[in-house]
Amino acid sequence: MSYFSDIYNGVKTLLTGMSVTGKYFLHSRKGAITQQYPDNRATLQMFERFRGEVVMPHDENNEHRCTGCQKCELACPNGSIEIIWDRQIDPETGKKKKMIDQHIYHLGMCTMCSLCIEACPTDAIKWAQNFENSVYDRTYLTRVLNKPGSKLMPGVED
Amino acid sequence: MNITKNIHEWLFSLMPATTASIVEMVLIAVVYLGIFAVAGLYLVLLERKVAAWFQLRLGPNRVGYQGLLQTMADALKLVSKELTGTIKADKFLYNLAPYFVIITALMAISLFPFTQEFQAFDINIGIFFLIAISSIGVIGILLAGWSSNNKFALIGAMRSGVQTISYELSVGLSLLTMVLMTGSLQLSQIVEVQKHGWLIVQGHIPAVIAFMIYMIAGTAETNRAPFDLVEAESELGAGFHTEYSGMKFAYFFLAEFINMFIIASIATTVFFGAYLSPFGITENIPLLGVFWFLIKTLAIIFLMMWFRWTFPRLRIDQLLVLEWKYLLPLNLMNLIIMALMVLLGLTIQF
Amino acid sequence: MDTTVINNFKSEEYQINMGPQHPATHGVLRLLLTIDGEIIKRVEPDLGYIHRSIEKMCERDSYQQIVHLTDRMDYLSSHINNEAVCLTVENALQLEIPERVKVIRTIIAELTRIASHTLWWGVMGMDVGALTTYFYGFRDRELINDIFEETCGARLTMNYNIPGGLMFDIHPNFVKRTKEFIDHFKTKLPEYDLLLSNNIIFRKRMEGIGILSKDDAISFGASGPVGRASGYSCDVRKHHSYSAYDRVTFNEILKTEGDTYARYQVRILEMWESLSIIEQLIDNIPEGEFFTKTNTVIKLPEGEYYQKVETARGELGVYIVSTGTKNPYRMKFRSPGFSNLSLLNHIAVGGKIGDLVATMATLDLVIPDIDR
Repeated sequence: MSYFSDIYNGVKTLLTGMSVTGKYFLHSRKGAITQQYPDNRATLQMFERFRGEVVMPHDENNEHRCTGCQKCELACPNGSIEIIWDRQIDPETGKKKKMIDQHIYHLGMCTMCSLCIEACPTDAIKWAQNFENSVYDRTYLTRVLNKPGSKLMPGVED
Repeated sequence: MNITKNIHEWLFSLMPATTASIVEMVLIAVVYLGIFAVAGLYLVLLERKVAAWFQLRLGPNRVGYQGLLQTMADALKLVSKELTGTIKADKFLYNLAPYFVIITALMAISLFPFTQEFQAFDINIGIFFLIAISSIGVIGILLAGWSSNNKFALIGAMRSGVQTISYELSVGLSLLTMVLMTGSLQLSQIVEVQKHGWLIVQGHIPAVIAFMIYMIAGTAETNRAPFDLVEAESELGAGFHTEYSGMKFAYFFLAEFINMFIIASIATTVFFGAYLSPFGITENIPLLGVFWFLIKTLAIIFLMMWFRWTFPRLRIDQLLVLEWKYLLPLNLMNLIIMALMVLLGLTIQF
Repeated sequence: MDTTVINNFKSEEYQINMGPQHPATHGVLRLLLTIDGEIIKRVEPDLGYIHRSIEKMCERDSYQQIVHLTDRMDYLSSHINNEAVCLTVENALQLEIPERVKVIRTIIAELTRIASHTLWWGVMGMDVGALTTYFYGFRDRELINDIFEETCGARLTMNYNIPGGLMFDIHPNFVKRTKEFIDHFKTKLPEYDLLLSNNIIFRKRMEGIGILSKDDAISFGASGPVGRASGYSCDVRKHHSYSAYDRVTFNEILKTEGDTYARYQVRILEMWESLSIIEQLIDNIPEGEFFTKTNTVIKLPEGEYYQKVETARGELGVYIVSTGTKNPYRMKFRSPGFSNLSLLNHIAVGGKIGDLVATMATLDLVIPDIDR
């Protein structure tokens, strides 16, 4: 009789499986897990630690916190950060001082490992939660993080 | 129906009888073609929507209201696509194969009684004709797999041959079980008998068993999951239609869905009283028959979709074990029980 | 008599390429199959399509930088890979790691294991033709990814570990979210069984194929669920305990059948064990520092160092040869996927094409882990 009990048990497991999918079918209205991007762009909020791209925040006086110490450049495993710096005379103290000319960030090479941000002693760079990073030309992926004409925030080096 | 009668009379008054009947046939064929191209496309959409609802997704909802024009757009895309193929393919057979599949699928449709009058072709060997025609389609699949000169396609085609030859038996036998009660192969006659209760009620236990066997074998006939070994995308890529593109692929695709409609329609006609309404509630409005027919057919189609989106695929040897060791003996037993029941008058009739 | 019949209908073997672009190989693995009809006569894996020379790149990088490369090996257990490198470096430096770090690392490693197994379960179902499992598996994995994203900032390549501890402390919501996930997953995991594990078609597909004996498992170097399904007790967490595994109680799942269904069951049961490990630890995260300060430039003392951990796939070994400089002289990863793949020819021969796909799915191969 195991022939018939096999059939019975087999059919029973099949019906159990169908009940699982059937349950989801009945609750499909509210159960859908689809994110309708980009329709939900307005409400889509990334977590504050999300690693989108590296940015350098500037305050209202167009001042940043980067001293040009190059620790981020050294920490980067794949050469995504290049700092072009210069020794310029500080107008206030009159001494020669290391100042950044351009803080270049290659987003195309970045693996979002967060080592540069950990390495930065002055918190000059941080993660932005921007996730729409695609561009039509890869030259756009090379970004200069410090704004033109920006300078070092006073008091950072102390 | 009046309108068809008018057209019929008008045609015959216009030209000699032979020409008129040919023109009439062509007209009917065109109407059926149109209806079922659209029906096939909307079955694709239904499948995608149902699949999405089983899988916690939303399904197509961008083209048209709630995605209603999605498959139209897909069909347009497929029409405009380049037809590619392998260099060493057998060109003649390669091009012929899709037509085998789609034409047999369309031919079978003409038999179904959507209402008392809305039936294009009421042949007295109806069921027999349906079974015969539905097994021609497999030739197309075999040709496609063989001629496209691709090993994956060939494996898929050979599986299809094995599968269809085996499961034809079960489809035929389970329908034969029901035919025992009707005493006729003609579809209109079969419906006529069901005015005293649908056959699944008349035949109770053996009829239910026959229906279950028919559903399993029918799903296998249409090469749908869990019997989609012919395509088996995780094993063979796309199986027999790996090398087809554009409209030729669309023929295979459409044929699969029309075949599903056919299998469900046969089940509706033979087990669930075709256009007859439950308990005869709308018997005085014959046109509502279409509605009842489609409701029943869609319910069975939904059942097949439910199978597809729940079960894993069988292996090829298990497929044959299922048929030859389980379905076929059960079917034969069932046939004898049904014969005894009819002989002893144990059927339920209202 | 039988032989004469066979000789009269001589069958011919043919070769077929499965991959590198094939739905069942989950990546760019190429299998050269020798088939007789549907029966598989020989499987030759062809590797190297996604080789990125990670081991060589490690020789160029500092020890902090190496960690982020390991994310890209077995991307489904990236946190455990990170942990392996960090543990090796910490052991070499003989650093004292805060208890808090150990516990957090263990919790996240177990979450990673569940995430990897849910993805595997979804894909497993898809390989045998049940497409719906894919979405159910991903639904549950998504919640874990959200936990990771909130705490680590990334969903897949987390790079949360640094030699000496963690990059930053856990997010305030971490504990709450993890508990929510546990409650959610405890209701969903039985559904996995109802939908797939008990299904008669699935069991018939899985039982008795791809059988691997215990002796073969040991001699092929199988590890992880593949080894344990053959009765080979090889759980690194149990035998060479690291991080906080010594303070939790959990069972090592052992099966003796060695077939694909046993491998399947081991993974499903491991998810329950991982849940219980997380439950034991989540309320007892000790207060304290989340890292031990190391030098900015880490120089390992001259010598050879080896540390193994249990990833979702099996035993991952990290071997470092240091000459005392800031870069390793030689870095070698013993990846679980590579030795598990080497089994494939042994256990798949004689089966059908469908069996091969099912067997391969239960080996749970991640191709970048094999090629590195």
